[in-house]
Amino acid sequence: MKRKKYVKSKYTLSNIILIIVLLIFFIPAIWIVLTSMRPNIEINARPPVWIPQDLSFSSYAALLGRVESAEEFGFGHSVPFIDYARNSIIISITSTFLALIFGTLAAFIFSSFKFKGKDSIFLSFMLARAIPGIALSLPLLILFTRVGLSDKVYGLIIAYTAMNIPFTAWLMTGFFGEIPKELNDAAFIDGCSKWGAFLKVNLPLILPGLAASGIFAFLTSWNEFAIASVITRTTVSKTFPVGLFDFTGEFVSDWRGMCAMSAIMLIPAIIFVILVQRNLVKGLTLGAVKG
Amino acid sequence: MSDVVDNSISENNIKNYRLRMDESKYLPVVLLLPAVLIILFVVGIPMIYSLFLSFTDFTLLKSTDYNFTGINNYISLFKNSVFWQSFGKTVIYIAVAVNVEFILGLVIANMMSHIIRGQNILRTIMMMPMMFAPILVGFQFKWFFNDQVGLINNILFSITGRPVIIPWLVQKPLGFIAILVAEIWMSTPFMVIIFLAGILSIPQEIFEADDVDGASEWHKFRFITIPSITPFIFIAMAVRSLDIAKAYDLVSIMTGGGPAHRTELIWTYVYRLAFTSQKFALGCSMSFITVLLSFAFTFYLFRNLLKARKT
Repeated sequence: MKRKKYVKSKYTLSNIILIIVLLIFFIPAIWIVLTSMRPNIEINARPPVWIPQDLSFSSYAALLGRVESAEEFGFGHSVPFIDYARNSIIISITSTFLALIFGTLAAFIFSSFKFKGKDSIFLSFMLARAIPGIALSLPLLILFTRVGLSDKVYGLIIAYTAMNIPFTAWLMTGFFGEIPKELNDAAFIDGCSKWGAFLKVNLPLILPGLAASGIFAFLTSWNEFAIASVITRTTVSKTFPVGLFDFTGEFVSDWRGMCAMSAIMLIPAIIFVILVQRNLVKGLTLGAVKG
Repeated sequence: MSDVVDNSISENNIKNYRLRMDESKYLPVVLLLPAVLIILFVVGIPMIYSLFLSFTDFTLLKSTDYNFTGINNYISLFKNSVFWQSFGKTVIYIAVAVNVEFILGLVIANMMSHIIRGQNILRTIMMMPMMFAPILVGFQFKWFFNDQVGLINNILFSITGRPVIIPWLVQKPLGFIAILVAEIWMSTPFMVIIFLAGILSIPQEIFEADDVDGASEWHKFRFITIPSITPFIFIAMAVRSLDIAKAYDLVSIMTGGGPAHRTELIWTYVYRLAFTSQKFALGCSMSFITVLLSFAFTFYLFRNLLKARKT
């Protein structure tokens, strides 16, 4: 009891500063949600209006196509929100699923087999990660057009799967490395094959890692912009990040509509990160903890 | 007795070893194949194609009719002052962002480590910017720094009582500072999370022993906390440097590298060359030079990281 009091008083100033700092990092998120619910007149008012007077969900209703008003977003056309949502969800989930399967298999092989060229394959995976999407987007635009993958949902699925495999493999190799060798040896002595050991011993132990890398892969695909902006052309394959441009015009931008779509884009990210934050931190720091 | 045990162990070892050798002939290759093929298709072949195009005068307008021009693209790049400026600006961008994020991250993580209750909630709040897509951060800060209705100018308006119209994204040093602020806001939480994990992994007894000795907060921070989390610092700064070197989304939204190349980083310039200026092949050459540089850096980094993991 005594000690707690002592600690409290000692860090009061530091805690106050901490709260202010946290607010700086937190307020933009609140501000986005607030703005999405205010009318454009109030957002653009001069002098600025700080206390919202007229909150409503009408921008969300307009996004979902519930309001048939051409003037809803201030520039005479509606935004194909449903198409963006469908594309984003299909592309992100499928590419995450594929990257998890192939990446985890690769990680299992990296951590439990010895063969020639293993290190160089592993290294080339990591090098692949060093190439930014914008560098890939240039040749991919031409190659995808030639093989008929441009402006297609499965074109983006293939691209994102490839982008996510290296990081999944890197994280999962760390998690596989955490499993004590004795456990696998015990499985062998009990007559398990390598596959049996993988399914019965390793898989349950790496589930937390799988969750963390799954979230990572999902968010990478969900948020990817450079490749999508070059390869997608129409609502057939456009995703949310590209769709945000619908709210910007040459001279005016519809900040309310953009904030509404931004808020919707943030929802899965927030849910997932809260669910797996502990494993996420563990996965990221595995390389740092020796032993 | 001991002989028998030793024999059985070595026999077992040999069996295991043989089992491993037999399987390893084809199984790992087969299982790795899908991953390798997809990466080859999306990363390997396109990068080779990009290298090939960098030796031509290919543009999007005449995509079937192009000529080999040898190393002309590379020569014209090296003569191009904007090319060198964008490299220089990217280096400054990385150096400032990584160091500011490092200092902020260390201070915030240290403050958070003293919180006894509600640390998880605070960490979740802190992670908020990590959930934002870089393009979203770009749009938000473009709006915050907007000269007419931006949050920053609005705050100044309300404080001073008269309209403030500072063109944050246009004026010379301000544009670069604005994109740095956005980058730092977006990524400091990553540093905080890693450093906090590091600080929490330090055994509490060490701090308590120092408490008994009457050491100051600064002394504990300087001589216990920082040395103990050095590997965490190394990883966080390495990962961030590589990430910022790829910076494109955020800057392209906020300023697009402009006006007049004031905020031009490597990748916004590559985009400008390839698409806006219709010099696709030139963009490929610049992209290739940059990728080779980041390969060298990644290679060096992962060799060290792998060493750290193995020992």
